[in-house]
Amino acid sequence: MKFRSVILGASALALLSVGSAKADGELFFYNWSNYFPPELMEKFEKETGIKVTLDVYDSNETMLAKLQAGASGYDIAVASDYMVDVMIKEGLATEIDAKDFENFKNVAKPHDTMKYDPDRKYSATYLWGTTGFTYDASATDAEMERSWKEFFEPREEFRGKIGALNDEVEMFNAASYYAGVEKCTEDPAEAQKVLDVLLKQKPYIAVYSSEGTIDRMSAREVSMHMQWNGAAHRTKETIPEAVFVYPKEGLTYWSDHFVVPTGAPNLENAKTFLNWMMKPENAAEASNYAGYMNSIKGSGAFMDPSMNDDPAVNMPEEYADLLIPGQNCSVKARDLRNRVWTKLKS
Amino acid sequence: MGNMFRSKRFWLIAPAVVYIAFFMALPLMQMAYVSVLERGDYGGVNWGAFSVDAYVNFLFERDLMDNLVLNTDYIQIFVRSFGLSAMTMVFALLLGFPTAFYISMQSQGRRNFLIFLVTIPFWTNILVRNYAWMLLLRNGGLIDGVLNWAGIETGGLDILYTPYAVSIGLTYTYLPFMVLPIYASLEKLDHRLVEAAFDLGADKRRAMKRVILPLAAPGIAAGCILVFIPCLGAYVTPELLGGGKFMMIANLIGSQFGAARNWPFGAGLGFVLLALVLISMLAYSLKFKSLPEEKI
Repeated sequence: MKFRSVILGASALALLSVGSAKADGELFFYNWSNYFPPELMEKFEKETGIKVTLDVYDSNETMLAKLQAGASGYDIAVASDYMVDVMIKEGLATEIDAKDFENFKNVAKPHDTMKYDPDRKYSATYLWGTTGFTYDASATDAEMERSWKEFFEPREEFRGKIGALNDEVEMFNAASYYAGVEKCTEDPAEAQKVLDVLLKQKPYIAVYSSEGTIDRMSAREVSMHMQWNGAAHRTKETIPEAVFVYPKEGLTYWSDHFVVPTGAPNLENAKTFLNWMMKPENAAEASNYAGYMNSIKGSGAFMDPSMNDDPAVNMPEEYADLLIPGQNCSVKARDLRNRVWTKLKS
Repeated sequence: MGNMFRSKRFWLIAPAVVYIAFFMALPLMQMAYVSVLERGDYGGVNWGAFSVDAYVNFLFERDLMDNLVLNTDYIQIFVRSFGLSAMTMVFALLLGFPTAFYISMQSQGRRNFLIFLVTIPFWTNILVRNYAWMLLLRNGGLIDGVLNWAGIETGGLDILYTPYAVSIGLTYTYLPFMVLPIYASLEKLDHRLVEAAFDLGADKRRAMKRVILPLAAPGIAAGCILVFIPCLGAYVTPELLGGGKFMMIANLIGSQFGAARNWPFGAGLGFVLLALVLISMLAYSLKFKSLPEEKI
């Protein structure tokens, strides 16, 4: 009996020391919700011994506001293209020189560089995708046009059955493509055109919400939804008739990037993680989970065939010209945009 | 003075004062400060650079010629919030008073059990409860299904994502805040007074109006305040049940700290709201200075 308690005590001690050794190897990860496979996180923890703690947010702006308000303690945050620009300019990003990482050779062009961080000093690539809209082809007999018109001036059968993203930036951008206006416009007359498009559409909208777009389509609560292409891919799992549209007026192409926030407590672990994520098999697993493309060469071999076969994910070459990158608008343009959005909902 | 520090009362009150100063006064002062600062280009504020833009923007906007013109967008959102809150208050009162009255008429054991039932919704997160209402109200949802099953052809209820759904959700959420204070004042009610009213020839309606209601007035007032004010800050319900189609004040403030990246304006809106609430509370307390309880 006594012997046993000694052993128990010893193993408890051993566990304690393991615990504290592990506490040295930590990583605080700040990401969009539902955007990183839990299994992949476990795999990383197993391979490196670094313990990952995840915190999530719902939009770039939430993340920015939290960092600006002085939240520290995050080692990695995920930001979209234009937000990387803001973070660098606000001094919220640490220099990491991703180009020097061992696995950077795996990064496919054009993702080895980026508009707002050409030398990849502050950011490492994660996933990328597009914002278009999806409709349920079984809900209509009509030959649908490949245009934002179907979304903003819907046919009879879609009226009242449309979901829009509750996202000021995405909605303004899409409406500006349709109105033929520059999305970072500083001209109130042009902003008025965008507002007109949105106001005209509003009576036909069932809901503005960025969450649960897949569920709403799957439950047939709506038969058309503005969506990110990865969500469109996942919608097709329940509604095979769902079609993701690449509108001829153009659609937003966005890319998400890992950034190490200033004052990250575990800088070296963050670098280890970023380098590890550049391995094809790991990048592929993230893609399979989220439904978005990564930018790592050789990851195709590890991807689900359903991803490669889906035009929503694997964009047909002829649409390449339609992609319009995200842009960090000026204060004046942002104010106009917010006023349009407020007028739409006032 | 020395006497004061030795007094028991001082030390008993001190923690509460410190708590309020630290968790309420300090953040409020910080908000006030932020609201009169210049906004940063990328969100945040420029510390030390002052501007009253936030308060000017609440009422005015610049037109094409750069003139200030009246802008009613924000006022409209405020009016909507106050209107919906008032409506919620009235609904909660209409439902809450009979409920509280009924509970107060029960035996002691039953009363405790019923009050316990009223508090059950607090066990669950407000977000979860709003999602539950979405499932209830949606076309083909539980309510729609039951109506159709009972032979009432709804052809789709079409109530989710409308202002009606918002007021149902808000009334549901804040109802317990109405029931509990009214119950508290009815529970103390001396039933002999009601009997006396009957003895003196009052009918039921008259007894209710002249005896019970005045005695319950403090509870009703407390309930109304407890429903009205938090309701002004409702954020989740208009977003989920209203389908994000119309903003309430909280959504507007949220968007200023989010996509608009205009912190001073967000903070300024918070203060306009605070000022309006304080003024209406002041007006209320002046009007009802002599609450019936003091007359007794």
